[in-house]
Amino acid sequence: MSLWGTILGMALVTYLLRATFLLLPPGMETPGLLRRALRYVPAAVLTAIWAPEVLVDDERLLAGVVAIAVAWRWRATFATIIAGLLALHLFGFLR
Amino acid sequence: MVASGIPPLAAMLTSLVVFAGASMVASAQLLASGTPALLVILTTLFINLRFMMYSASLRVHFAHAPLRWRLLIAYLVADNAYGLALARFADHPDDPAKLEFFLGTGVPVWLAWQLAVLAGILIGSGVPASWRLEFAAPLAFIAMSVPFLRDRATVAAALAAGITAIVANDLPLRLSVVAAALTGIGVGMLFERKAR
Repeated sequence: MSLWGTILGMALVTYLLRATFLLLPPGMETPGLLRRALRYVPAAVLTAIWAPEVLVDDERLLAGVVAIAVAWRWRATFATIIAGLLALHLFGFLR
Repeated sequence: MVASGIPPLAAMLTSLVVFAGASMVASAQLLASGTPALLVILTTLFINLRFMMYSASLRVHFAHAPLRWRLLIAYLVADNAYGLALARFADHPDDPAKLEFFLGTGVPVWLAWQLAVLAGILIGSGVPASWRLEFAAPLAFIAMSVPFLRDRATVAAALAAGITAIVANDLPLRLSVVAAALTGIGVGMLFERKAR
């Protein structure tokens, strides 16, 4: 398969995953158990994406703790990123 | 992607039609090492499996939207747009302008992403590595995940998912994210039952 075929395959697979539940007929109710399970998807998946990236070394771990504290207190994305990057450089400088 | 030997035009096209960063980084590495196309597509499927869960939870809010809007919503589903929209819908469950809110987050996220990919293709590795900007991505995900920690059950779900993702990090095909999601959901539901 050519590079273009591979790209097309990736695009199809990704779009179908995104569209699955959105394209089911509107009358179909989401089952209660699924609805309950879905409550935990964002917390679980979003945490799973960053956790291995933070538990790499002491600097990243400490910067991650600072970022969590800032995110918890202020709930502001940009402030969290800036605080985390500053903390990373500070801990790197102190070491 | 260009750094792994993929033509710039193909990289930009991939960004437009696939629109999923994590799977693009992974597929570029696989393509560069001569992995068969079907395996590259299968890896994409696993990395992006979380979008299926996102679509299921967005369905709760958009099941009755017109089809053409649902087709567009599906294309715009991305971690950050989803995170922002779901945080908003949790605070305002009866918001009549959910579609407008989702498009208002999804379209700028899409545009910023495509411009950033274009800039990456044009400028390449012009940003000094000493800025350590690569850590901005996990930091952005920290900022997105924390607002979802609303009670003991969601905290337990996030902790279980985080630990699973770290322990299972060496699994092939980024299966760790799928494993972490399932563990997190299971633990969250267990805690919910206990609290009753």
